[in-house]
Amino acid sequence: MSSQTQLDLRGILCPMNWVHTKLRLEELAPGELLEVVLDDGEPMRNVPRSLKAEGHRILEVNPEGEGHYRLLIRRGAD
Amino acid sequence: MDGAPAEPKLEALKADLAKESRRLKLNFDELKSGGFIKQTQKDLFTVRLRCPGGKVTSRQLAKAADLADRYGKGEVHITVRQSVEIPYVHYQHFDTIAQELRSVDWSVASCGPRVRVPTACGGCRYNPNGLMDTQALCQEVDKRFFGTPTGHHKFKVSFSGCPIDCFRTREMDLGFQGVLEPKLDEDLCNGCGLCVKACEEGALKLENGLPVRDLSKCNYCGDCVKVCPVDAMVAHRKGWLARAGGRHGKHPLFAYEVVKFISDDQVYALLERTLAWYKEKGQGRERIGATIARLGLEVYQAEVTRSLGLETVETAQERRKFWAGGNLYV
Repeated sequence: MSSQTQLDLRGILCPMNWVHTKLRLEELAPGELLEVVLDDGEPMRNVPRSLKAEGHRILEVNPEGEGHYRLLIRRGAD
Repeated sequence: MDGAPAEPKLEALKADLAKESRRLKLNFDELKSGGFIKQTQKDLFTVRLRCPGGKVTSRQLAKAADLADRYGKGEVHITVRQSVEIPYVHYQHFDTIAQELRSVDWSVASCGPRVRVPTACGGCRYNPNGLMDTQALCQEVDKRFFGTPTGHHKFKVSFSGCPIDCFRTREMDLGFQGVLEPKLDEDLCNGCGLCVKACEEGALKLENGLPVRDLSKCNYCGDCVKVCPVDAMVAHRKGWLARAGGRHGKHPLFAYEVVKFISDDQVYALLERTLAWYKEKGQGRERIGATIARLGLEVYQAEVTRSLGLETVETAQERRKFWAGGNLYV
């Protein structure tokens, strides 16, 4: 997966992590995939919910070491 | 000062007032119920405007500013219960102000032993946490119950769209808060665990790859439903949780959760029957919280909520999950 479709949001606080995610998703076409890495805690509580609210689809939630998660997202329609 | 000579002076003052009132076609009793509040300054009043749910149109707000400029001191006071008040108004202007308010479909609020203007958050219309339409219900409750005399003391009602409870339903005589009961479709669930992460109550945990809910912790906030990426966790039902007998003031009292998952129509029924019960059972100037404390919550539940056939919250154990403790509960 190219760096264009990956976003490492470790250490980025809410709601800026969501803003980064949203901006990157807007660059993609509907149906394209994006991978984001999120810290556990507040980011994992908030970002997935915002994704769903705006019509994107979370395909995978994979725990990684050191308290963070890798999410695979499919961009929703506009 | 000697008290004796004050009486004739008072009589003269009353006669004066009556004459003045006739001249201005004012009914002072009506005014007293209508949200004109006496100030420290002679002849000056604060005009409390009726803003159910804190919602006013820009046209009304402009009118409040205009009235404050012309009849007050060019300032308004935003109250703790979402009202806009115009202070420093001379009583001679009451009639004109009432007329001007009518021109923008507005009126003054109430004070005294009556049902007050209900308050509400934004609710589910634009707040992502909102579960229920607090604004719609607040406007309707205001229409139906505003100003109803209780026979005893004030009666405050508020609406919160979710368990964050920004509108402090625990401090109301009768408060209504949105609740959502989740339900899991096990066939759709992929076990991603996002609902477990989203649950701030620690009410969900994964067992054999599926989320299991601990009812003794779930506060019906719906966060698990809002996050579920595959719509496996869905809203089984939504409704209102009602709390009764709360108050603020000199001796605050936290309300009891009394019923849950009631509909809008059941909210009207509960208000109606609660007000009738309070009128009949209340003593003197006590708030309904004192009536409930005196007679026992069980009596209120038997005569009001259970007699309406509502889903009651019965035990202290069931209420325990809704509060954190503190010196109110020693």
